[in-house]
Amino acid sequence: MTELNKDIQALREKKAVVEMGGGEAAIEKQAAMGKLTARERILSLVDANSFHEYDMFVKHDGRDFGMDKKDFPGDGVVTGTGAIFGAPVCIYAQDFTVAGGSLGLQHARKITKIMDHALKMKCPIIGINDSGGARIQEGVQALAGYGEIFYRNTIASGVVPQISLILGPCAGGAVYSPALTDFVFVVENISKMFITGPNVIKTVLGEDISMEDLGGARVHAEVTGNAHFWARSEQECFEQIKRLVSFIPWNNAERARSIAPAEPLAGLNIETIVPADPRQPYDVRDVIRATVDSSDFLEVHELWAANIVTGFGRMHGETVGFVANQPMVLAGVLDCDSSDKAARFIRFCDSFNIPIITLEDMPGYLPGVDQEHAGVIRHGAKVLYAYSEATVPKITVILRKAYGGGYIAMNSRHLGADFMFAWPGAEIAVMGPEGAAGIIFRKEIMEAADPDAMRQEKVKEYIEKFANPFVAASKGFIDSVIEPRETRSMLLHALRLSAGKEEFRPAKKHGLPPF
Amino acid sequence: METSDNPYVDFVITVRKYKTRLTAKYLHRPLWTKPPEGQVSSALPGTVLSIAVSEGQRIEEGRLLLTLEAMKMENRILAPLSGTVGAIHVKEGDTIGRNHPLATIIPG
Repeated sequence: MTELNKDIQALREKKAVVEMGGGEAAIEKQAAMGKLTARERILSLVDANSFHEYDMFVKHDGRDFGMDKKDFPGDGVVTGTGAIFGAPVCIYAQDFTVAGGSLGLQHARKITKIMDHALKMKCPIIGINDSGGARIQEGVQALAGYGEIFYRNTIASGVVPQISLILGPCAGGAVYSPALTDFVFVVENISKMFITGPNVIKTVLGEDISMEDLGGARVHAEVTGNAHFWARSEQECFEQIKRLVSFIPWNNAERARSIAPAEPLAGLNIETIVPADPRQPYDVRDVIRATVDSSDFLEVHELWAANIVTGFGRMHGETVGFVANQPMVLAGVLDCDSSDKAARFIRFCDSFNIPIITLEDMPGYLPGVDQEHAGVIRHGAKVLYAYSEATVPKITVILRKAYGGGYIAMNSRHLGADFMFAWPGAEIAVMGPEGAAGIIFRKEIMEAADPDAMRQEKVKEYIEKFANPFVAASKGFIDSVIEPRETRSMLLHALRLSAGKEEFRPAKKHGLPPF
Repeated sequence: METSDNPYVDFVITVRKYKTRLTAKYLHRPLWTKPPEGQVSSALPGTVLSIAVSEGQRIEEGRLLLTLEAMKMENRILAPLSGTVGAIHVKEGDTIGRNHPLATIIPG
């Protein structure tokens, strides 16, 4: 055997040791929890033969509590580059089989190095979280590591898309990296995310709660909104991520890649989806599916704040973002959660050059002490801010109701919409006819011999006068009143026309959205 | 989806009734009630270390009512108004949650 061959042999052996992570027993334990290993996860996510691992031989620098005698292969995190559908990505995966995936300074430095790389090369960052938390033996060094990651999450925000997977525990300070990223994915029975765990809660409060009920996948997908996508298995989660990556650009200087244009599926008739009676529910996602290429719609935050729908579709092969009121959930009202959800999605689209189509059918804001005290004013203001701030093409179609503050908030002409369309049955008014007539004709109704009959007559009068799109159209607030079946062609026309849209804002360090 | 097996119900927004589904989060929202006058409640979850007043005692605003150990601090809970201690709702050693009633002061 020549010298060279010996070196190669030694390298292969060294790599094999690192690739075994925490060793067979730990890998078996990981599998018993229904979890893949860090490397298996990366390889399931990226294109075949595209992954290149970095920093395999990084050693931790813990010196205290006997740590100097311990060796952690790869220091508990796998980092590298790969491709998804040919799109370059930087990726890291914490390895729970190595010291519980705990984060020390070198572990963190591997992550920040690949993040810096992503920011320089302008490609998305995908982080797979599966860690017991800070490596306590390293003390403040571990905290420094988290801080350096959060800083880069913030600097990269709006420059490259950032995607987080929660595939194991992610607790304490560690949760703030995913929280700063654009899309968080969770998997049933595997994801656990919280600031303080059940043990502390039990000690301090005496409240008995399981990890799953406190911060399991469904909780974050349905209640907190911390997770944007929920899956039943890791494999389903990886498929969701690949689909998302296909819809978004590599960075904020690019457009999302276009694919071959296609018509919506024939089975959906846009003319029969929306009931004429504005009080009757329907699924607004059917209107989106009847509008987009191949009826292919990727919903973001599907389970949280379902009274508004956000997600991606394609029009003539190009990605667009949809924001739509959902009349079948809470009548499609705006409230604290749906405002946060919409505002965040709008800002993602604006950051990454994705035109926004708004489908409006909403009765107003959700009434209630809980809403007022939870700050529906400042949360609701985020929607106004996000739409007004956005300079990507902004198109609105009023399907049915557009009342009051909600009419203004849902990308109205007044907030800078480029195109305003309304269906002929649209009701654009300060409030619903019953409420409005009750106020305007209060005296007539009170003094009438038959107040109920008078009320009904006045409601009818109000509907005829105001509950239509023509008052708004007469002021130029609506550009065109269109038939439902013209919706797709009008949207395609508007998108074609706004392909070269440029709109500028005054120079400033940054705006002050009502966080 | 959380609402998929929910039936459509009537939901009133400014007089008009809409047929729609309610979310679990909406159904479980806390209902607001006006806190009883003079009631002092805990701002933090914690453990009652010591109680410095007794029922029926006349106190001035700013007087120490009790000490609550919470978030690794001994928090001094002071009387927000002058009056008579009407009731003390906790005892030493109690572990309590946030917004738990501590004492009621009858103003005057």
